[in-house]
Amino acid sequence: MSVRDSLSAASAWRWWEFALGLVALGSCVFAGEHALLLNEIAILGLFAMSLDLVLGYAGIVSLGHAAFFGFGAYVAALFAKHVMPDPLVGLAVAIAASALLGALGSLLILRGSDLTRLMVTLGVASVLYELANKLDWLTGGTDGLQGVVMGPLLGRFEFDLYGRTAYAYSLAVLVLALLLARRVVHSPFGVSLKALRDNRLRATSVGLSVPARLAAVYTLAAGLAGAAGALLAQTSGFASLDVLDFHRSADVLLVLVIGGTGYLYGGLFGAIAFKLLHDLVSAWTPQYWLFWLGLFLVVLMLVGRDRFIRPWTWWGRKP
Amino acid sequence: MLTLLFDGIAYGMLLFVLAVGLAVTLGLMNFVNLAHGAFAMAGGYVTVLLMNRFGVPFLATLPAAFILTALAGALLERTLYRPMYAKPHLDQVLFSIGLVFMAVTAVDWGIGSQQQMIQVPPWLQGRFDFAAVGIGKYRLFIIVLCALLTIALQAVLTRTRFGSRLRAAVDDPRVAQGLGINTSQVFLLTFAVGSGLAGLGGALGAEVFGLDPSFPLKFMIYFLIVVSVGGTTTITGPLLAALLLGIADVFGKYYVPKLGAFIVYTLMIVILTLRPQGLFGRSASR
Amino acid sequence: MTIALETRGLVKRFGGIAATQDVSLTIETGARHALIGPNGAGKTTLINLLTGVLAPSAGTILLDGQDITRLAPHQRVKRGLVRTFQINQLWSELTPLQSLALAVTAERGAASRWWQPLGRADGVAEACETLLKQFRLDDVMDRKVAVLPYGKRRLLEIATALACRPRVLLLDEPVAGVPEGERQEIFDTINALPADVSILLIEHDMDLVFNFARRVSVLVNGALFAEGDVQAIANDPRVKAVYLGQGEVAHG
Repeated sequence: MSVRDSLSAASAWRWWEFALGLVALGSCVFAGEHALLLNEIAILGLFAMSLDLVLGYAGIVSLGHAAFFGFGAYVAALFAKHVMPDPLVGLAVAIAASALLGALGSLLILRGSDLTRLMVTLGVASVLYELANKLDWLTGGTDGLQGVVMGPLLGRFEFDLYGRTAYAYSLAVLVLALLLARRVVHSPFGVSLKALRDNRLRATSVGLSVPARLAAVYTLAAGLAGAAGALLAQTSGFASLDVLDFHRSADVLLVLVIGGTGYLYGGLFGAIAFKLLHDLVSAWTPQYWLFWLGLFLVVLMLVGRDRFIRPWTWWGRKP
Repeated sequence: MLTLLFDGIAYGMLLFVLAVGLAVTLGLMNFVNLAHGAFAMAGGYVTVLLMNRFGVPFLATLPAAFILTALAGALLERTLYRPMYAKPHLDQVLFSIGLVFMAVTAVDWGIGSQQQMIQVPPWLQGRFDFAAVGIGKYRLFIIVLCALLTIALQAVLTRTRFGSRLRAAVDDPRVAQGLGINTSQVFLLTFAVGSGLAGLGGALGAEVFGLDPSFPLKFMIYFLIVVSVGGTTTITGPLLAALLLGIADVFGKYYVPKLGAFIVYTLMIVILTLRPQGLFGRSASR
Repeated sequence: MTIALETRGLVKRFGGIAATQDVSLTIETGARHALIGPNGAGKTTLINLLTGVLAPSAGTILLDGQDITRLAPHQRVKRGLVRTFQINQLWSELTPLQSLALAVTAERGAASRWWQPLGRADGVAEACETLLKQFRLDDVMDRKVAVLPYGKRRLLEIATALACRPRVLLLDEPVAGVPEGERQEIFDTINALPADVSILLIEHDMDLVFNFARRVSVLVNGALFAEGDVQAIANDPRVKAVYLGQGEVAHG
């Protein structure tokens, strides 16, 4: 293969990406009674994909990604309630606001070890949680922000109780975000992220500046996470402290780990697996889902998460 | 205001005893153990159960809390934690989060989610005034006990052979092993003692912090603040960080109750941004 | 004769130890300059100071007459000061083609582009093709660096440095770990570099040094012990004593 061809092959569309697209389209048409669940999967998938950019590509371990998710949710909810109920405008505002927060937050994760970054990201999410809690005149505090009524999408499609519009909306946003992210990760910028994660010394030694890149990807990921949060607030008509809670950051981390990091689709596959698992286990033991989740995490980590997505390695010697 | 300072010191000393095990194991095994709070919770529940169901006097429950959680820590280290040492930090974080989830829900299922109340013995209740400082007897007890523990820890670290082995292993595990130091034994003992101390702290703190199944999650960030601000290479670092945190929290909650924990988190973020290795830590690049 | 790279009174202290003592080095444009010295003399420390990985305790560094002492490492690279590492520093998860494409794209100033795939920028594919052929990496260009044999990785290390179109090239033991038979090939490539590229070479293999260099500086215990053209240094009894005292110069 010539050099040109080889370089182009990296970003060429794979057959299974087309297959996925068809499945997504089909799911939209045939959603029926599962539309609400599918909507949640789409939102979680978008959230996890945004974390993949930060964790899988740039190598930043974040325990507080829910900060941007929650921030986007509250901004969208407040915007709909106090300014205008158009969903698309609200979405745009939420994305912009979350990206701005991400840009500010990126200043904090530029230096330090893994532990420092863990702490700082956790700290930022905790600060936001506390803020939302204290500013209850704005956010509704522990009761949450009620009465968020969305206007029709594109002026025509009402959000109904069945969630069909909601799912189509979320899916569309997810697909657009995926297309954007896909472009970014195959670009020189995207590959440079992988490079600075792989060997930072080598990256600086070819003239790549690290802080600007980290800030840029963090901002992008924050914007996408905020989009996911906004979708949740808009499609459920509700925003509560739960969107900023620690378990959201932990859940999305697990989702991404299940699906696999660093190839952009891990968030989607992980979201599907996670949600289905959650539904299954919750039906059986509604109160103690967290226990089984914990057990799953422990076992998964002991076994090794790279072995998990390669089931043929579960038996036999470790590779 | 001096009373507040006194309370803050008590709070800080308690946080130190709770978090010191985490600091040492992080410095020693480079392992991010977010489940440390679960050991503290365990110690608290040991004390509560022994006192409320078996009528064991308070003072007697303290060694029990220490020993039982230390044993639990030793068991878990040997079986579950050891295979995780070589894994990337992300895996360790998720692993320990999993343990926390399991511990929290297990306690919720087994004991219930209500706040646990304990009655400290009458001779520790109440307070007296000493030169315009209101001294709570229980808090004084905490300060004295924790101070003794700190001195003992420092003595063990600097005066005993085990202490020097531990310091060598923290400094460079591979070299230590090459010198013939049995690092797995050091790890095991340190983890056990660290967990035991957490259990003791949980027992002591049950009256001060309250005790319910969500304790590990609520306090995890406090322990992590102590460790990341205080650094993991000394004992005095986390001690000072814990005192700082305790005093800041108490003063904050008194003077600006609207902001509460907000101040503490913001302070931590500021400190870590300016000095990523913590206020007292060594500049590590791990 | 212009000066490409110059240090003035460069000092680096680690606690009580002075790894670099008052080093004033001058490298002319187009130089073929070797830096030799016993193990632990501080040669790699000096390279780290020059590239900005370490900050000096005192002294200045000038590139093309401009003070770069405070400049960040990646900015020095952008000005043409490039190095290779004694221990390969590569991107193990990328392929040689991707690595070179990224380096070349960075050199062209297009590494921040996020909207087009890697390799699409003008001239990138051609530059990669040339480098791959030159270093005989074209047969492994699509394999992950992590699975490549050491010799290929060493070649990639040097190819990556050349992809940055250096004006001053610092080579830190380029043939370290490379078997005898393959060393000459690497050196032929270095010798074939354009005459206006200034090269500072750290090397232990004396044959290669005396075949390649025109000027030699000798570093001992962090200080410049001797300096002169290659013939003078080769015959200098003091230099021989410094090396003979160390026993056989077997390294690499």
